[in-house]
Amino acid sequence: MERIPILRMGRLLLVTIQVDMHDRLALALQDDLTARIVKDGARGVLIDISSLDIVDSFIGRMLDTIASMSRMLGAETVVVGMRPAVAITMVELGLSLKGVRTALDVEKGMEILRNRP
Amino acid sequence: MILAREVVDLRESEDVLKARQQARALALSVGFGLVDQTKIVTAVSELARNTVTHGGGGTATLEVVEYGAHRGLRIVFRDQGPGIADVEQALRDGYTTAGGLGLGLGGSRRLMNDFEISSFPGKGTTVTVVRWK
Repeated sequence: MERIPILRMGRLLLVTIQVDMHDRLALALQDDLTARIVKDGARGVLIDISSLDIVDSFIGRMLDTIASMSRMLGAETVVVGMRPAVAITMVELGLSLKGVRTALDVEKGMEILRNRP
Repeated sequence: MILAREVVDLRESEDVLKARQQARALALSVGFGLVDQTKIVTAVSELARNTVTHGGGGTATLEVVEYGAHRGLRIVFRDQGPGIADVEQALRDGYTTAGGLGLGLGGSRRLMNDFEISSFPGKGTTVTVVRWK
């Protein structure tokens, strides 16, 4: 089965979502990521969504769930690279990702995670 | 007048992708800008998923329509599933029967210009949405 790769950089995990997400892939990522946080002792998770041309309620919920699960495992999640059209659409749809920290790009997201106590 | 028509079978979650891709291609052909394309594709994703998960599968019919000087993209989602007992309630944000966020119907209505739903318990649901250029 197709899976989204998870890269490790020190105590950070990096996920670049490049393929068009479908539901099974989203659920597999949730499982893989939580397992890797524990296995690698990760303190932070960076999810780059700059390749996603939409974020619907399913993907929004996945991001929210990943952030909550990671937090409980001691890692903070930052979602980076959201396209402007995606942000506009998400707000109109009613998704605000309140539980998820966001940053403009990978660099700013890394900064947030590195400066974490 | 209908200028183009595509029908996508919606059986499983991967089919939602196909509906999204068709919607993107047709929205481009109508000349929608990036934000409008994104709204249309997002609404299609929500409604196609409803057809798969609540309707037990069905079809999405995507049509480029023209009324006078106006062009638009109309998408009709049909299923023969259990139907929706209380449509008003289903349209409310946060109402969910599948453990989701409950934004699919209400959210899609906000993303499109026209939104029509007809549902008969035991017979199925049809949702029609249009975005005008």
